Amino acid sequence: MNGPQDVGGRHGFGTVVPEDESLRFHADWEKRVLGVTIAAASLGHWNLDASRFARESLPPAIYYGASYYEIWLRALEGLLERAGEVSKRERSTGRAETRGLRAERCLSADAVDAVLSKGSPSSRPGADPKFSIGDMVRTLNLQPSGHTRLPGYARARTGRVTAYHGSHVFPDTHSSFDGEKPCPLYTVCFEAVELFGETADPTLSVSIDAWEPYLERA
Amino acid sequence: MHDHSETDGDMDDMTARVLALETVLVEKGLIDPKAVEAIIETYEHKVGPRNGAAVVARAWCDEDFAELLERDATAAIASMGFVGRQGEHMVAVFNSSVEHNIVVCTLCSCYPWPVLGLPPSWYKSPAYRARAVREPRSVLEEFGIALPKETRIRVWDSTAEIRYLVIPERPTGTEGMSEAQLSDLVTRDSMIGCGFARSPGPA
Repeated sequence: MNGPQDVGGRHGFGTVVPEDESLRFHADWEKRVLGVTIAAASLGHWNLDASRFARESLPPAIYYGASYYEIWLRALEGLLERAGEVSKRERSTGRAETRGLRAERCLSADAVDAVLSKGSPSSRPGADPKFSIGDMVRTLNLQPSGHTRLPGYARARTGRVTAYHGSHVFPDTHSSFDGEKPCPLYTVCFEAVELFGETADPTLSVSIDAWEPYLERA
Repeated sequence: MHDHSETDGDMDDMTARVLALETVLVEKGLIDPKAVEAIIETYEHKVGPRNGAAVVARAWCDEDFAELLERDATAAIASMGFVGRQGEHMVAVFNSSVEHNIVVCTLCSCYPWPVLGLPPSWYKSPAYRARAVREPRSVLEEFGIALPKETRIRVWDSTAEIRYLVIPERPTGTEGMSEAQLSDLVTRDSMIGCGFARSPGPA
């Protein structure tokens, strides 16, 4: 979607402020958001792509005004509401009015290590790749209202395939629960002048990871 | 930024908001507070950038490991015990005197958790995400880093589930240092491409 998340190459966001690497959180509530978000994902009502879609679907004024953990929390509230697990009224009173629908899937403390260590690989068996390393490809001018991982700055641009990663779950369908539909995933590298025009840094190139449906042969 | 103190009677808005949600989820049996604590403990104290620093130091010392890291970073990193969420598909990119690598996620905040832990605030900020792909040199200047003007820069936008780890160049004057000593020179920012490994000597 052409949402607030798609900021690559845009102007006006100001300076980058480095921070010490020993700093993990800026407030205790951020820790709770992290823990609750990961624990609630075990209920299986949504997947990673759907949670990204929930975050980028926040209204732009809210998205840009929020810290990243606030974005996570607001998206989580929406996901739980749509799953029928926690209503707006329950959130505002802080009291449960109904039983949990998937309490049997509640992540237990002793399962945490295994779940975090296992992760969730997105590679899948899939079709043979259409492109080879070294091929020139052009990204399509795709502008779906749903979730996609083709950033706006890299639409309708020509680059070179520099890596092939096998087939991976396709976020454009997975995010809307329309199936994993795995397809070949490539790294495609563009010269900055192709992306940002003649005044771009001539020493700069930028790569994205792009699924085959985003690409045509150049 | 809210600064919440545990002893403060007035809860700030975000603290109250997450507490309300967590309370309802616990009452419904949908989350276990002990699991929430275990997740926090993991990313606050166990998984962090010292893991990545150990990987870099080994790559500097062990050519076979460096070769495996280049060919199959997921396997190389797993061989050191660093696996899991947000590190399922790893790629290592090596800085050299002619090319400098920088990692970003313009669309959200994708980051290699098993080797670097949770991303810093700046990595998730619109400022970094917007500018890293267009004007990385000026971003690096904000980290106090000036690259020679002829050095090529490659920016890796993490748009899929591939996670990138930058292997910074080994500093000069580190011959004979142990892996453990070398890993102390490897900063988190250098493994994102927003810094160099430190030179040996007084910190």
